[in-house]
Amino acid sequence: MTYQFDFSWIAEYLPLLLAGIAVTLELIFVGALVGVSLGITCAWIRALGPCWLRPPFVAYVELIRNTPFLIQLFFIFFGLPSIGVQFSELQAANLAMAVNLGAYSCEIIRAGIQATPRGQYEAGASLAMTPFETFRHVVMIPALQRIWPALSSQIVIVMLGSAVVSQIAAEDLTFAANYIQSRNFRAFEAYIVATAIYLLLSILLRQGLRGLGWALFPRRLP
Amino acid sequence: MMMEFSTWDILRNLLLAARWTILLSLVSFIGGALVGLLILFLRIGKGRTGRVLAAGYVELFQGTPLLMQLFLAFFGLGLFGIDVPAWLAAATALILWTAAFLAEIWRGCVEAIRRGQWEAAASLGMGYIQQMRWVILPQALRIAVPPTVGFSMQVVKGTALTSIIGFVELSKAGSMVTNATFQPFTVYGLVALIYFALCWPLSKSSQMLERKLNAPHSHH
Repeated sequence: MTYQFDFSWIAEYLPLLLAGIAVTLELIFVGALVGVSLGITCAWIRALGPCWLRPPFVAYVELIRNTPFLIQLFFIFFGLPSIGVQFSELQAANLAMAVNLGAYSCEIIRAGIQATPRGQYEAGASLAMTPFETFRHVVMIPALQRIWPALSSQIVIVMLGSAVVSQIAAEDLTFAANYIQSRNFRAFEAYIVATAIYLLLSILLRQGLRGLGWALFPRRLP
Repeated sequence: MMMEFSTWDILRNLLLAARWTILLSLVSFIGGALVGLLILFLRIGKGRTGRVLAAGYVELFQGTPLLMQLFLAFFGLGLFGIDVPAWLAAATALILWTAAFLAEIWRGCVEAIRRGQWEAAASLGMGYIQQMRWVILPQALRIAVPPTVGFSMQVVKGTALTSIIGFVELSKAGSMVTNATFQPFTVYGLVALIYFALCWPLSKSSQMLERKLNAPHSHH
């Protein structure tokens, strides 16, 4: 192998890489916030909601979990405009990530809710709480705490999956790497650098979510 | 030359391309299982270097996007001066990626076997290999089946990314047919349904196997 590695371009393209990192972080921040909220709502309906409301949510979860994220993204960005719903690249990327994470986190959170001991509901009811108040104050927080590690891994997986939003020209970290290699023809080096940054981001995100878990759930589970 | 595509033509072209999705999934899963076994034995083996290397491998492949791994395989193999066809880069990256996940899933299964089982086997005078072969693996295999089948679905979905480095499978065919027909809603809708038809049986059978194989454990 006579190939000479060349990383001298990093200084020149640093602002572009940083901008890409910022977009990737923005995507996962919004995606996680909206996605987990969606997941909590769906999980509540699937576990405790009225029976007639469940089928559409079951269909949503199954459809999303059994199709690739790339196709969901393409369907939202290229498919929906033909029925008159149009998004910018970033909006489409945010929406796709939220919808995707919503389905996965629904299943995870539902498992947490269903692991709640019966006595907790009865205790809520005996304090004259409505079913919703019981869910809000008694069931939800320990349920989230129980599944926090699984939910954290899923958020990291969605962050790594967000690399494909470069395919609809959302200007994330992968987009920056694509752009750089199209300019200096140093494809291998550009992707090595991007890969290393993703690895760092995933480690930091995992640590950050663990810290957030400690802050959100200071009490130990019984 | 202009050609009119009926919905049937679109579906036929997509189904023809889906054969490549299936083939690539099979190759990746089987190759990934073999490499994954190797990583697993390094990871749970006695050698310290092997354990550290295997853990690093898993962290590397689980901590970076599959898309980056595909790009690196595509351009990295090219550094050796060979002209890399897209299928080769796609299969290489997917096999390595699958191996990392399967090794980690299986490690969990081996570690779920209680310590007493190892000790009982050792007290019968069995060596490490014998303990593995006769006591640990038969039990670990039982709990490993459902998550392994479940992960095969992730492999099928993972193959969609190979369209980005130019391998013509279901997703790439979807983009090509869209460019020819200007019907993205229909085409990507059908593509999604075909993926669903491939993945749903896998995820359902994973759930069923979990219930069935867990039956003896549900008593205590």
